[in-house]
Amino acid sequence: MLLHDTALLYGRYLRQSLRSRFALLFGVLTPLLYLLFFGPLLTRLPLGGTGSSWQVLVPGLLLQLGLFGALFAGFMVIVEKGQGVVERMRVTPVSRLALLLGRVLRDATVFVFQAVLLVLAALVMGLRAPLAGIFIGFAFVALLTLSLASLSYALGMRVRTPQEFGPLINMVSMPSMLLSGLMLPMTLAPAWLDVLSHFVPFRYLVDAVRDAYVGHYATAHMLYGALVAVGFAALTVTVGTRVFRTAGA
Amino acid sequence: MAAVISAAGLARTFQTKAGPVEAVRGIDLAVREGEILGFLGPNGAGKTTTLRMLTTLLRPTGGAATVAGHDLAADPAGVRAVSGYVAQSGGVDPQISVREELVTQGRMYRLSKSEAVTRAQELARELDLGGFLDRKAGALSGGQRRRLDIAMALTHRPKVLFLDEPTTGLDPGSRADLWDLVRRLRDEHGTTVFLTTHYLDEADALADRLAIVDRGEVAAEGTPHALKLRHGGSLDATLQDTFLAITGRGPSPSLEQTRPGGPPSADSTPVAV
Repeated sequence: MLLHDTALLYGRYLRQSLRSRFALLFGVLTPLLYLLFFGPLLTRLPLGGTGSSWQVLVPGLLLQLGLFGALFAGFMVIVEKGQGVVERMRVTPVSRLALLLGRVLRDATVFVFQAVLLVLAALVMGLRAPLAGIFIGFAFVALLTLSLASLSYALGMRVRTPQEFGPLINMVSMPSMLLSGLMLPMTLAPAWLDVLSHFVPFRYLVDAVRDAYVGHYATAHMLYGALVAVGFAALTVTVGTRVFRTAGA
Repeated sequence: MAAVISAAGLARTFQTKAGPVEAVRGIDLAVREGEILGFLGPNGAGKTTTLRMLTTLLRPTGGAATVAGHDLAADPAGVRAVSGYVAQSGGVDPQISVREELVTQGRMYRLSKSEAVTRAQELARELDLGGFLDRKAGALSGGQRRRLDIAMALTHRPKVLFLDEPTTGLDPGSRADLWDLVRRLRDEHGTTVFLTTHYLDEADALADRLAIVDRGEVAAEGTPHALKLRHGGSLDATLQDTFLAITGRGPSPSLEQTRPGGPPSADSTPVAV
């Protein structure tokens, strides 16, 4: 039943995304601009570690895509709440977990699609990385967007207006981006900043994907990255499902 | 006839920053099978909150209720299987076609793909939407849109249909059509209809029995006739005067002194009919 319901809702929301092709491509614009206008600045800088500057930057941009895209997914549920769609679905026997999963799997699909576009563009710019590493990167994007979208839907179900939602998300996304070393590796940071960044879960994901992009798969970074990504996903999906089950707002 | 909905002390308190708010203080109610019940009350009386509890959208903080034999707290899935709900705002995505919404709804009620397609056509025929199946929901008129909302709620042939202000915003012709539809549902399928409304003429014309809620409790219940006689003073009283008398917000010699601010008077406590 869960599978049936999830597939049903996934189809509904994927068709919704396909109807707005413009939005589908628009999400990839910001990271693409970073790639074009920020990436070339790094090519001659000593970033530490092995590999080229592209192997450092592209993993960061991939996760930025998730951070800034998926975190805003909740806007859609605010709209749907207003239309009465959420409540109409909640009075059917449809699985509560599926109400969340159908949505977040759609989001993961959309963002992995955008990630593929971004990596293709990066290859043109000069990125060279092992294929397996690139695929591991996509897996992390999928897990991250699943988690962040779940969190965002949970929040969207709780707030009353889009006006409350926007600032709340910005408050989370901006510091997360800066503190997780998405743009430049935190190994360049002074000790206090490096320590602080270890409290931001995305730090571990970026480190893992950067390792993958230079072909290092059996590292501590990879282990921690995978554990944090899976743990974070489990936590946020649980919270999100709970909200769909009980939401009273 | 047996009660298909029964509620005893059904209550909901919201915790807010300004302290607890008792939206519904205790609803006692019995609705018979095949009955059209009009659920009336001033704004903020607790109508929608009650409806959302009876449809499993909101967990009660007190009391109990059963819908077609299924306990609200113990068996919400059972309640969902026997009831349909149309919210005030409806519940369709304006970007999606009528056909897709109806078929998806059928699939959410676990019909197979072909069953869902058949059911969508059946519903479209029954609710006079046959010509609009491929139109986007957002392109329908107010009356057509309302019929679509109701079609969605009828997908699984529910025993009980909850309608929250179903005719608000409709033109007079569409309202009359909707009344006919509600009567037909009851006459042909024996569906019990529980509807809230602000239009007293609607309650008068459509409902077999009225329950008037005020401040989160049932202040009076009975047939429109009985209520007029008891609270309005005579059979010729308008439902408007009767309503105002019961909710203590209008002229009524017998109730005026007892009502404002104070506890419900003996006259306005629930009365078995």
